[in-house]
Amino acid sequence: MLDIENVYLTFFKGTPNEHTALDGLDLHLDEGEFVTVVGSNGAGKSTMFNAICGTFMPDSGRILLGGEDITYVRDFKRAKSIGRVFQDPMKGTAPDLTIEENLALAYSRSKKKALAFALNKKDLDVFRTALAQMNMGLEDRMKTKVGLLSGGQRQVVTLLMCTLVTPKLLLLDEHTAALDPQTSDKIMKITQDIVRERNLTTLMITHNLNSALRTGSRTIMMDSGKIILDVSGEQRDKMSLQDLLDMYSAKSSKVFDNDRMLLTKDRADKQD
Amino acid sequence: MSIILGTLQQGILFGLLAIGIYIAFRILDIPDLTAEGSFTFGIAVSAVVTIAGHPLLAILAGTAAGFAAGILTGIFQTKCGIHPVLAGILTMSGLYSINTWVLGEQPSINLISSPQNPVNTVFSIFEEMLSGIDKDIVRLGVIFVITALVSLILILFFKTRTGLSIRAAGDNDTMVRASSINVDRVKILALAVGNSCIGMCGAIYAQYQRFADINSGAGMLVVGLASVIIGEVFVGKKGVTLGIIFAVVGSVVYRGIIAAATYYDIFPAYMLKLVAAVIVAAALTIPAVKNRIKLAKSKKAIKNAGSVKVGEQNA
Repeated sequence: MLDIENVYLTFFKGTPNEHTALDGLDLHLDEGEFVTVVGSNGAGKSTMFNAICGTFMPDSGRILLGGEDITYVRDFKRAKSIGRVFQDPMKGTAPDLTIEENLALAYSRSKKKALAFALNKKDLDVFRTALAQMNMGLEDRMKTKVGLLSGGQRQVVTLLMCTLVTPKLLLLDEHTAALDPQTSDKIMKITQDIVRERNLTTLMITHNLNSALRTGSRTIMMDSGKIILDVSGEQRDKMSLQDLLDMYSAKSSKVFDNDRMLLTKDRADKQD
Repeated sequence: MSIILGTLQQGILFGLLAIGIYIAFRILDIPDLTAEGSFTFGIAVSAVVTIAGHPLLAILAGTAAGFAAGILTGIFQTKCGIHPVLAGILTMSGLYSINTWVLGEQPSINLISSPQNPVNTVFSIFEEMLSGIDKDIVRLGVIFVITALVSLILILFFKTRTGLSIRAAGDNDTMVRASSINVDRVKILALAVGNSCIGMCGAIYAQYQRFADINSGAGMLVVGLASVIIGEVFVGKKGVTLGIIFAVVGSVVYRGIIAAATYYDIFPAYMLKLVAAVIVAAALTIPAVKNRIKLAKSKKAIKNAGSVKVGEQNA
């Protein structure tokens, strides 16, 4: 479904701040694959997402989505088939619009008539059913401005906006990182349900190594703009957190330097 | 009586200006200085077409002139990446020359009818048609019907998918882009729609006062902002439908304040723009002042709580 072929992206080229964010990145995703992405700060995880979404255009290489070359397609055009949930709950929704208006806007990517009323009974029924499935009581608050919702509720609305029209690719950029542990678990469960139900091809960045190994079907690790580890199947099922950390040290010849990851590792260890 | 009718006429007519400013300022969150140019552009185009004998066409032409000005500012802001406020200033400034040219390279023209040169306006057409009714009431009726129609169309427009994407673009453009909507196009369209209202307001105003002046646009942004803000005193910020209606109400109240003040000799008519500026400055300062008062109160509360504890210990 997604093919990233030998993509290079350098920031501030020709200045002392030159920084190679993507260094010959190669990645292939089959349809329906749920891949988790880990790596320390600055490894290029979010840059990869930005390149897929068209926020940045790569210096060289190709990106194909569903067989179609989208390397230089403008961001809003490719957004038609890509859903993205950001870490910041503020980013995915318009705070001054109501829940139903936000959903209607996202739903409009499947519609052609620009001057049809955005809120009609048929669509509202679709939204209500979809919200009810989330089990958060949001179906009774469709006229509430999204700005009044909690971070977790906003992420649910964003997730729904991204999947209301089935996308070819779903990108989750640490989408539960800004939430408290309980809410985070709940959103993660909702995410897994949606992905499984719709068989969505999904890439999920996470700093929680435990959930990286337990969620989805494949885990990749990035470092310095490259993929340094790609595990799936039995090898991944048997893998422990320590194995993952050891592999990181071995491959990148440095110690895992992401505090957040080490903290979540501690937490996971205690839970075990 | 005629003062009240005159105030209502001007208030409702300038309600169109207020709606245009509302769209840019409250929906897109941009104080759009294009207004001062597009208002005069509407006046100038309307005056010329009216003199040529097509008063109805003149209003459409004035509206189209505003639309074009809005598109230009929109392109400056989005495609050219010019700061939104500067983009408006550039259009406004450039339009000054265009407007002078439209007016026949002179600073003003009048549309006064004489037996040799009859000049019809939308108002004179309806005054003749409804000759049994008081002229001032007919004029008020014409203005009211036009403003009501424009408001209704815009209220419906902002409920469509396109209208919704405009509202979202002012709120969170990352999200609009993620919903596969061309944000640049949406912003350009919004500015064009807003400036159409302003151009139309100018076009009707030229016929209303039978006079077109190159400097009519000066201060119009602040006058429009004052109307929007006065309207918000009544209903607050409660969605676009109420926002549009109360922009017109605010405009009427604003004209009322000015009319009353000049009638009772509190200040002369030329104070109009100073009053508008003071209203806008004061209204936009209120949130900051509220914060300060809140801060001062909680500081005091902490201080008092602290002193009680100390007192208890001593006792």
